[in-house]
Amino acid sequence: MRFGVVTFPGSNCEQDVVHAVNHLGFDAGHIWHGDTDLSGYDAIVLPGGFSYGDYIRCGAVARFSPVMSEIVRYAEAGRPVIGICNGFQILTEAHMLPGALLRNRGLKFICKTVHLRAEESACRWLDVPAGTVLRVPINHNEGNYICDDETLARMRENGQIVLRYCEPDGTLAEGGGAPNGALDDIAGICNERGNVFGLMPHPERATDPMSGGTDGAHFFTAIARRVAEVAS
Amino acid sequence: MARFEIYVTYRKGIFDPPGATAERALQNLGYAEVEQVKIGKYIQLEVADGTPEARVREMCDRLLANPVIEDYRIETAGEA
Repeated sequence: MRFGVVTFPGSNCEQDVVHAVNHLGFDAGHIWHGDTDLSGYDAIVLPGGFSYGDYIRCGAVARFSPVMSEIVRYAEAGRPVIGICNGFQILTEAHMLPGALLRNRGLKFICKTVHLRAEESACRWLDVPAGTVLRVPINHNEGNYICDDETLARMRENGQIVLRYCEPDGTLAEGGGAPNGALDDIAGICNERGNVFGLMPHPERATDPMSGGTDGAHFFTAIARRVAEVAS
Repeated sequence: MARFEIYVTYRKGIFDPPGATAERALQNLGYAEVEQVKIGKYIQLEVADGTPEARVREMCDRLLANPVIEDYRIETAGEA
């Protein structure tokens, strides 16, 4: 199992992702944004950071990187593509996922560990039962997810809402509990097919007990397990 | 050289956190008449003479604005 982690100019979490997946016993390699060869990778991760300085809009420039057209093809083949934080923003800008991520409602950069509830979803890259509460850190300024009502209804119907910000016991806060103001407390979504997954929290930062928890491991182990299933 | 001026603003119904903050701040400063503040982006674009507006529109749709959340208005500013 080999993860390919893309580095855009301004990415800053690529090494964290490589470290996390290595720590979990999987292989990983770096992919430069100018590369166009994705052969040899079983899953692609777009990591967090500030690609192109977040100029114009977060992810707006990175989506035109040469590697992105290959990633679109890779995703169309049904293979795993995960966008974490800035990677999620890039996937929305590339229209590989619906909606957009706006500035946090309180205008503050938020860096803290949050509780997430796994929803009943089409996402193929999370191997916990619906309702499971996971503790994973967030670290962003633009995580305020938004989409129009029609898109939200369609996402609910298709099971595209994967993770929602919740209370420690898994209940949703009255009047919305997303620290960033995200619509419907949305923290992570997938495409209709369930193979493109974007999330604001950083699972790679929750894979070692020394860093405060291991709930983030589920995301990477689920991909590895599914990839192995397909291969066998 | 021709110049276009582009104004990018959030679409109706999209919450604008910096605008809402400025709105509250102005009200707190005593400007009770303030009803709404919207904060957007202003872009000056210099292009070769004869560039049609449709071309500029395409640039907006692809990169300068995100049609999912933003509207834009293009004004011709004449010679640069």
